[in-house]
Amino acid sequence: MPITNAKKQQNKSDKRNSKEDLVDFEISLLLKAVLFCYDYDFRHYSRASLTRRIFNCLEKSQIDTIAEMIPKIIYDADFFELFLKEMSITVTEMFRDPLVFKTLRNQVVTQLKTYSRINIWHAGCATGEEAYSLAILLHEEGLLSRCQIYATDFNNHSLSIAEHGIYKAEKIAGYTRNYISAGGKASFADYYQAKHGNAKMKNELKQHITFAHHNLIKDQCFAQMHLIICRNVLIYFDRKLQDQVLSLFKQSLHHRGYLVLGDKESLEFSNQKDNFTSIAKNQRIYQKACYD
Amino acid sequence: MIDAPESNKSNHNYQALVIGVSAGGFNALCHLLPLLPDNFPLAIVVLQHRGENFDVNDDDFLVTYLQRLCIMPVHEAKQRESIEAGRIYIAPAKYHLLIEKERLFSLSLEPPINFSIPSIDVLFNSASRCYKNQLIGLILTGANSDGSLGLKAIHDNGGLTLVQSPDTAEVATMPQAAINAHKVDYVLSLNDIAIFLQELTLGEKVND
Repeated sequence: MPITNAKKQQNKSDKRNSKEDLVDFEISLLLKAVLFCYDYDFRHYSRASLTRRIFNCLEKSQIDTIAEMIPKIIYDADFFELFLKEMSITVTEMFRDPLVFKTLRNQVVTQLKTYSRINIWHAGCATGEEAYSLAILLHEEGLLSRCQIYATDFNNHSLSIAEHGIYKAEKIAGYTRNYISAGGKASFADYYQAKHGNAKMKNELKQHITFAHHNLIKDQCFAQMHLIICRNVLIYFDRKLQDQVLSLFKQSLHHRGYLVLGDKESLEFSNQKDNFTSIAKNQRIYQKACYD
Repeated sequence: MIDAPESNKSNHNYQALVIGVSAGGFNALCHLLPLLPDNFPLAIVVLQHRGENFDVNDDDFLVTYLQRLCIMPVHEAKQRESIEAGRIYIAPAKYHLLIEKERLFSLSLEPPINFSIPSIDVLFNSASRCYKNQLIGLILTGANSDGSLGLKAIHDNGGLTLVQSPDTAEVATMPQAAINAHKVDYVLSLNDIAIFLQELTLGEKVND
């Protein structure tokens, strides 16, 4: 009995620590269940932001503890779909960081023009805004007819929005500003039809984009690319996972193929650093080095 | 005169100070940070809200300007950078800044919280999970209520909470909201905050 009491006493004094530790423990169990049942591996995601999203998911599903989520994940595939939707971050916009698109136009397009067929992979496309932006840019440079854009994501809900290509009209003013800053050569209004408070992207753009499910963590390379755009995806991964995904990109790129990362992402600390040269440092545009 | 820190909080070996500040922050930071001792033994993480059209280059401006005023090295908090004592880190614009258990930074593009990205609540919550009772949270001038819940989380995890006294703040809303959200440990003017931090950390050495 005294031992139990002493233990209780100790538990009480450690309570502040153990609550956080318990959350960490529950999360590690949850992630194991997700991996075992659905083959999605979130174990190498940045934990602080993942923890926030798991708590958001708890709140939305009106569940009290992470532990209680685990049986739902295991036995309820519909609940897992909701969970998966919460785990992916889908904040994006047309011509996000316009200077990146301007730099692509001025420094990368010339090289792309030398190819008869151009494969482009937009990895982590979320709801598709940047894939359409890219299609617009390529159209204005007279390249779109030769291009195949593969826009992929692991979030099927986002992909379905991307495929429809319908966005809220209230966002168009901001997108138009971005389009102009990105060096747009025509009028942004040429690329969508306004209808019922929405803007529907034109079919001519869609014809060259294939939206597809692809999980960067477990799926392989599927074509040789001339350009890979993957912005603000690696920020959610730990270093090991970043290196793994960058290695997949290296494999997927042609010699002298281009890689575009997000503006807070860099190859500086990656083991892939030596396989790329920097084309535009601030815009995070890299080119695969050629040793031939 | 400022009371000595309560005995139960004075021996916590504080490792980091997180500062949340919004409207009026530029003047407040330029006033407060140079008053801290050159060999301040904690890591300082500053989150200053910016307007919607804040240009990326302005990150450099804030860092460069503060560096001119402070001896402590000032730089932007970088993705997966380890947090070291004796340095001032500035949260970049347009991303949420979080602190990982391994005591390194991570960034996230989740939607704004309290209309803010970066959000003070997001930083403070993650910092309190990481540093627990080794953390000091400070809310300065501002025109919204971001940071109130984060400061309470720091308190709940055993950390020390400070707020600029609303009557001395350029904009009183944010400090007042923080005071309303929980029983803050100390409410002080900028000068007194500097003296308090100096006394609190006296005798502690920078160790990585």
